[in-house]
Amino acid sequence: MKQLMLGNQAVARGLYEAGCSVVSSYPGTPSTEITELASTYPEIYAEWAPNEKVACEVALGASIGGARSACAMKHVGLNVAADPLFTASYTGINGGMILCVADDQGMHSSQNEQDSRHYAQAAKLPMVEPSDSEECLSFVKEAYAISEGYDTPVILRTCTRVAHSQSIVETGDRAEAPLKPYEKNPKKYVMMPANAIGRHAAVEARMEKLQEFAETTSLNRVEMGGNMGIITSGICYQYVKEAFPEASVLKLGLVNPLPVKLLKDFAGKVDSLYIVEELDPVIETHCRANGLRITGGKKELGLLGEYSQRSIAVGLGKEVPETVNFEEEIPGRPPVLCPGCPHRGVFYTLHKLGVMVSGDIGCYTLGALQPLGAIDTTICMGASVSGLHGFNIARGKDSAKQSVAVIGDSTFIHSGITGLIDITYNKGCSTVVILDNSITGMTGHQQNPTTGFTLKNEPTPQVSIEKICEAAGIKRIHVVDPNEIKELEKAIREELEVEEPSVIIARRPCVLLKSVKPKPALVVEEKSCRNCRNCMRIGCPAISILGNKPQIDPTLCVGCDLCVKMCGFGAIKTQEEVQA
Amino acid sequence: MGTTSIIIVGVGGQGTLLASKLLGNVLLSQGHDVKVSEVHGMSQRGGSVVTYVRYGEKVYSPIVTEGEADLILAFERLEAARWLSYLKKDGKLIVNDQRITPMPVITGAMEYPENILEKLKEKGIQITALDALSLAEQAGTAKAVNVVLMGVLSASMPFPEEIWQAALEKCVPAKFLDMNKKAFALGRAAVIK
Repeated sequence: MKQLMLGNQAVARGLYEAGCSVVSSYPGTPSTEITELASTYPEIYAEWAPNEKVACEVALGASIGGARSACAMKHVGLNVAADPLFTASYTGINGGMILCVADDQGMHSSQNEQDSRHYAQAAKLPMVEPSDSEECLSFVKEAYAISEGYDTPVILRTCTRVAHSQSIVETGDRAEAPLKPYEKNPKKYVMMPANAIGRHAAVEARMEKLQEFAETTSLNRVEMGGNMGIITSGICYQYVKEAFPEASVLKLGLVNPLPVKLLKDFAGKVDSLYIVEELDPVIETHCRANGLRITGGKKELGLLGEYSQRSIAVGLGKEVPETVNFEEEIPGRPPVLCPGCPHRGVFYTLHKLGVMVSGDIGCYTLGALQPLGAIDTTICMGASVSGLHGFNIARGKDSAKQSVAVIGDSTFIHSGITGLIDITYNKGCSTVVILDNSITGMTGHQQNPTTGFTLKNEPTPQVSIEKICEAAGIKRIHVVDPNEIKELEKAIREELEVEEPSVIIARRPCVLLKSVKPKPALVVEEKSCRNCRNCMRIGCPAISILGNKPQIDPTLCVGCDLCVKMCGFGAIKTQEEVQA
Repeated sequence: MGTTSIIIVGVGGQGTLLASKLLGNVLLSQGHDVKVSEVHGMSQRGGSVVTYVRYGEKVYSPIVTEGEADLILAFERLEAARWLSYLKKDGKLIVNDQRITPMPVITGAMEYPENILEKLKEKGIQITALDALSLAEQAGTAKAVNVVLMGVLSASMPFPEEIWQAALEKCVPAKFLDMNKKAFALGRAAVIK
């Protein structure tokens, strides 16, 4: 049946059709839907792991156990999963194994735009790169064939524009991949030096065979046209076809290892040769190393961000349509914490206290934006806690009295716990605020070990954040409702003062959860409002100045009450209170 | 036939994703090649959001670039101004005349431009402007702005109304179907006199 599918949905469908039976992942935009949608097939066991390293190890374990397995993550998640992956390259597989990684050129929702192709080169693993949803499905099947044919995990690389674009897919039936027998084989699976020495040789032999495969596989395809030749892969293929429909194109579906003879043959048939690839010059460097004469590529198109049919045309000197422009300056519209967001009270308070805030990855990174402007640093998952410890060690005892770390519930489980242990073990005295909104928010509401539900929404034992902190050696643990800003401020002040490590758990569910029912919108009572604009300091998108006074947008307000607490004149009320 | 490009722009939370899903389904049912590109995650949360919809005999790129859109459907008037440069010179702009104040304006760092619609009209492009929020409220909920606007858009496209109704039935939960059908009809009637 033909249907429109997101790239991620097509990857999930590919896993299903290829007989995959185990998927373990940690959510990360733009990869999340792969696992969410894989979990909708009863034939696939799918789970959220606490982090990508665990997910990759679960997938490898399942593979060694004889099943076709997969894990999915965003590009920075691959940094976390890199440890098992590099050695999985040595052990190889039993059942086929795919690691799906979604890069984020343009950083739509990421802290960097690293190029995952370097991992395939460094770990010596084959990598396939689909360019639309149809290929997402078919390349998963190809990847399993490569995995089992060459005894290797395979990386499937997508990007935001493939993962989150819908295109037409023809679906098929599932071909079961029966569980393979497991046989004890220490030489292959126990990677101690004596065995690993042998496996490294096997890896190099495998790469040589894959190199031959790269010359002939149908994953790489030549479309002959005019005298202009373009070598490209992934989403850039689609842009190239629009920018230069008359050009000859070599489309690479296997981006590691790269062919040599195929590239040389193609170069020999065209007058000019361009390389079009986003981010780093991986293909271009390979071409130059093999003596190909390149007419243009990275120098013209650049290392930064996403390309498009227009940017490629402009970069390679083709005319593009003129535009109609709105001359006035247009205010930006950055994302904001939602109306009623439980993090707002925390960032208002931290801004008010003027402390250094070591931040982390999640919705609450938005606490860095004006008018809250509360966050000083954001690096990677978990770095808030360990980074604060380093900051305070460097700056001396008083530093801990003027600084906190903020980290979400899911991020804490992902990699905040080890940082907290570092603080207690090494006698630090930092204060950590855990923003527990009972869900993994930013990536679109995934369950995690602290929520008490699995990926399939089945009830499961709930991991207690309090008890983890206690077991890590934290004696001072407070649980507060972040909308009770007076109580919250008191707790933060107290914990900043004491000379021992402490944790404040700011607990209130995400306002977007279905279980959280919005209250009726509040209104600013005209006669009581003194126009002091204290309510504006919380940066709620529902409150803006209209007609020179604050007004609440009834289509946005969820009646969370935070602004009521900000108003010293009792001017913010419910509709009934105003009418009474 | 070449590729037709439509951009749906708005503010995170306005339901642009449902709108593009609906449109994608209509185009697929009419035998077109279709690509729809969305952005999830950080770009939502009240931020400026854009969805690209492209169709034709064979579509390659899932994104629309500057000067390329045949039609822009703007859920908010500041967003119409922001994305104007994406419109073809002879392109068509449909604008919901609603103001949603962005944070830089709320904080007082910038001004919300005055008379956006008048300034857009001076550009000599085809514009349809309407108050979709009132029509959505008339249908029963402010949240149906997206479906009202799909009704408006449907009047600019060469497909019979039944096709759109069928897509609605496919994309909207049954308990909200009647309200959404009403919202769609109000939007369509607002431009087909």
